[in-house]
Amino acid sequence: MTRYIAQRLLILPFLMVIYSFVIFLIIQAPPGDFLTAYVATLASSGSSISADQIAALRHQYGLDQPFLVQYFLWMQNLLHGDFGLSLEYQRPNADLISEQLGLTLALALFSFVLTWAIAVPAGIYSATHPRSLIDHVLTVINYVGVATPNFMLALILMWMAFAYFDINVTGLYSPEFVDAPWSFARVGDLLFHIWLPGLVLGIAGTARLSRIMRANLLDELNKPYVVTARAKGMREWRLVLRYPVRLAFNPLVSTIGWYLPALFSGSLIVATVMNLPNIGPLLLRALINQDMYLAGGILLIYSFLTIVGTLLSDVLLALIDPRIRVES
Amino acid sequence: MNQETPLLQVRDLRVSFQLDEGVVRAVDGTSFDVMPGQVLGIVGESGCGKSVTMKAILQLVDRPGQIDTGEIKFVRADGEMVDLAKLSARGATIREIRGGEIALIPQEPMASFSPVHTVGDQIIEAILLHSHRWEKDGHKITRRAAREITVGLFRDVGISMPEQRVDAYSWQLSGGLRQRAMIAMALSCKPRLLIADEPTTAIDVTTQAQVLALLRDLQVKYNTAIIFITHDLGVIAQMASYVVVMYLGRVMEQGPVDAIFHAPKHPYTRALLRSIPSMYGQTRVALPVISGTLPHPFNRPPGCAFHPRCADVMPACSVGVPRLLPVGDDQLASCFLHHDEAEPV
Repeated sequence: MTRYIAQRLLILPFLMVIYSFVIFLIIQAPPGDFLTAYVATLASSGSSISADQIAALRHQYGLDQPFLVQYFLWMQNLLHGDFGLSLEYQRPNADLISEQLGLTLALALFSFVLTWAIAVPAGIYSATHPRSLIDHVLTVINYVGVATPNFMLALILMWMAFAYFDINVTGLYSPEFVDAPWSFARVGDLLFHIWLPGLVLGIAGTARLSRIMRANLLDELNKPYVVTARAKGMREWRLVLRYPVRLAFNPLVSTIGWYLPALFSGSLIVATVMNLPNIGPLLLRALINQDMYLAGGILLIYSFLTIVGTLLSDVLLALIDPRIRVES
Repeated sequence: MNQETPLLQVRDLRVSFQLDEGVVRAVDGTSFDVMPGQVLGIVGESGCGKSVTMKAILQLVDRPGQIDTGEIKFVRADGEMVDLAKLSARGATIREIRGGEIALIPQEPMASFSPVHTVGDQIIEAILLHSHRWEKDGHKITRRAAREITVGLFRDVGISMPEQRVDAYSWQLSGGLRQRAMIAMALSCKPRLLIADEPTTAIDVTTQAQVLALLRDLQVKYNTAIIFITHDLGVIAQMASYVVVMYLGRVMEQGPVDAIFHAPKHPYTRALLRSIPSMYGQTRVALPVISGTLPHPFNRPPGCAFHPRCADVMPACSVGVPRLLPVGDDQLASCFLHHDEAEPV
């Protein structure tokens, strides 16, 4: 087991190198560069900039170098822990990202926990009471949950909160706390505001997860080992939790790997709609303005999370399923 | 019948399944007794209701199945008689009886153990569930002690290296070992009645013979009553002292094993026995078969369920359902060839 984890960790740097190259290739792919976008913005606002100044800037940022040279410069700096300077904000990318990363992670984690805390019990109830009234109600909610785009849901909820309860639910803080230093009151305000975005982000995942849980558990409940456990004289709910639920869980655990990064990228549209101060809108803006080192840095972090998430779910799966853990 | 009180009395048991397509009467008025320490064989074709009857005894019939009427009277260890058919399927009483007083050896040892728990873990759990049986001076049995008992059981059922095998997963064991482990689990709480539901169907013939020999030895050692379900008449001849022949949820004939094999009274029993290949028979000659096919469960024939396939069919057979009545010494049959009493409508 330890050896397996060590092997996977050893492969990680190589994967990151491959990812970084692909990322750089893609963010370089659109025609033009940051400066063409910059000139266009200036032109639309009426001001202008001389061709000499542009050439000087282009040289300063290294944008006139060939693709591979640019890539190696970027990699060299990354190896020294330098994410470069944001062309747009004129600030270190590392600062920009780390400012947002904490909240993004908090929001993702919150909606992840919310998803599992709702989906797993709902799935278990549905499977143990198939075709009951509550099962039917949950099924309808699930279908609606899967079918509704989450930014749409965000808009509806924001409008309802504003129109009927006169609450502004955008953002993660009340206005007075946006720029306030960290305090208990600010954390409390965050905890109050995080529910809605957390729910919106998690709703489709919750619906999907509880359908998977229901289907898996229904399959497992018909297995002969359940009859064996009943014939031993176990209590029904204890038996269900100890045997079939444990087995129905395995396919869910293997989804954690792609679920974590999906929460990050999925939050892009919702975060933009709900004006959440997280990494999604930052990435969107960086891509629009071709702020390539910022976009590249964010995408690298996504890739890293994907790899770590997959490793995590593989390790978890091995921990809970001896058929994977015990080597033949 | 002898004067002893039966350990288990099944009387006119009816179990039905309410399906969308209609009602399936899987067990339709079955009656038989099990004496203490007796090995009772139940034979019948697939779908004749053998397994459902056994599930009904343990209140394990899954929805949409349900016990409609009938009695399943069981004498508990303290001498009290309970009607298992009336117990709640999730109640404390049936849970004490399950595993503790009536244990089950299932058909597929592979799928009957959870693959993510060690076999020892699952047997220790069975012991701890009925821990009061080992209680000494008010001390509950510890997990360690339950493990010792499990190792001892593994030794009893002939599993080599029992200390290591306790920590094995079911998929690490061979088919024979798995079934031995299952038998160890069933015996863990010294049940008074063991229900073996086709315990040797899923394993190869050599192992089958070993498992049967083991069950016979253990039955003698612990004097446990066994209900042995099978469709293999050869296995019945080896194991059982009393035989119940079932067809479409009803008992066709029952009697001591010698009477069933040498003086069968019901045409169905006779037909079953004729279809066993004989060692002295001619080769390359088709075996006698029972004509016709098993009726569809939604389309039960009226009267005696067997009459459309019966060689000795009479006009009365399609009108009334023959009762199960004595036809010889300790032998009963439900057939109008031997009496003319029909079930009350």
